Amino acid sequence: MFDTALTTNDLIFLAQGAGMTLVVTAISVFFGTILGIIFGVIRYQVGPWWAAPLTFVLDVFRSIPLLIQLVLANAFVTTVLGWRISGFTVACGVLSLYTAAYCAEIVRGGIEAVPATLRRAARSLGMTWGQDMTYVVLPLATRVALPSWIGLALGVMKDSALVYIVQVVELLKSTQILITRLQEPLFLLMICGLFYFLISFPIARLGGYLEKRWSND
Amino acid sequence: MIEIENVRKSFGALEVLKGINLTVAKGEVLTVIGGSGSGKSTLLTCINGLEPIDSGRILVDGVEVHAKSTDLNKLRQKIGIVFQQWNAFPHLTVLENVMLAQVKVLKRSKAEAEAEAAKQLNHVGLGEKMSVYPSRLSGGQQQRMAIARALAMSPDYMLFDEVTSALDPQLVGEVLDTLRMLASEGMTMICVTHEMKFAREVSDRVAFFHKGVMAEIAPPEQLFGAPKDPELQKFLAATH
Repeated sequence: MFDTALTTNDLIFLAQGAGMTLVVTAISVFFGTILGIIFGVIRYQVGPWWAAPLTFVLDVFRSIPLLIQLVLANAFVTTVLGWRISGFTVACGVLSLYTAAYCAEIVRGGIEAVPATLRRAARSLGMTWGQDMTYVVLPLATRVALPSWIGLALGVMKDSALVYIVQVVELLKSTQILITRLQEPLFLLMICGLFYFLISFPIARLGGYLEKRWSND
Repeated sequence: MIEIENVRKSFGALEVLKGINLTVAKGEVLTVIGGSGSGKSTLLTCINGLEPIDSGRILVDGVEVHAKSTDLNKLRQKIGIVFQQWNAFPHLTVLENVMLAQVKVLKRSKAEAEAEAAKQLNHVGLGEKMSVYPSRLSGGQQQRMAIARALAMSPDYMLFDEVTSALDPQLVGEVLDTLRMLASEGMTMICVTHEMKFAREVSDRVAFFHKGVMAEIAPPEQLFGAPKDPELQKFLAATH
């Protein structure tokens, strides 16, 4: 018969780790999306030449492995700047920028997918740039960008496992702690994977639901 | 009144409008004919300020369109324009398409905007289609919706830029009928078109554009019956 030393308290410990993963992801995706929309609109609006410095910075965030970004950012703010901020704050800050770098591209692609003739029609009705953006571009670009954005959100959730490097105990780190103590790696990793699935599944389904609803137009 | 004074406009090295002078009076129906690349569509997009001009000026009811101090969004409320592509907002129902700018630009209440939208949609024969999405409409119906959308802003002028050119042949008639109806109601209209029969029927005057120049302008019976410009004679011979 299957035998394990895992106790209810250990499961609660894992659930707390899952909670931390969820919180870090939610904060990062929230701020990353807001920043991504701002950066994406700027990149689209000012053209490739003027956006070059911004594009370069975003490329840096997209190209350097997250683990390295976390270590360097943590060292920079705590040692160089001497700020007394928690690993949790550093983790959320870095992950937000990382999310924003990807999100900016998704947003730009979404805006570009809205036909120029449609926007000209909106302007010809007397709508301002802001009104055109809000009532025509935003809803249409959102439909185009949603699948990529859902993919980004799920990716960020799994990448958030790397924040253990700045002493944030999230789901994977909690699992590792238990593995060290209980020496049941496969069983614990299965439970850990189940937790990840339970968090991801609703997000993926929400995306599918919205896509289906919007395709009726 | 729309006054166009010596308007020049280039796209890069190509000069598409070479000093156009033209006045359109209130209630007049002017059609503009000519080959592709003659500058006729560009003129329309200049009139409501969607395109800048290089020199000259365009006055709409005495307001200079391209002056820096002109509030273009305000000016565009009185100049409706309908394009070759019908440009329905695909995420909104037919009714919402016609309501959007009324509510956001004219600040009409939802109820007012809905009443006006319903009136205009009935007017163009789309009363039955108000609650569907544009993807369920034919090209001709989408184009009539675009006309209703422009009319709902209560414009003083309507510009039509080859509104039947992208339609299947059997759908052209219904859109032209809508334009005829507007003309008979006294709307001031400038129609860029390739439909010669239509131009002959509805126009007070017809202008012929050739390579950025307005080569001839006359009442339809004169322009079609006794064309003077040699290019116009060639053009008419080719289109008959």
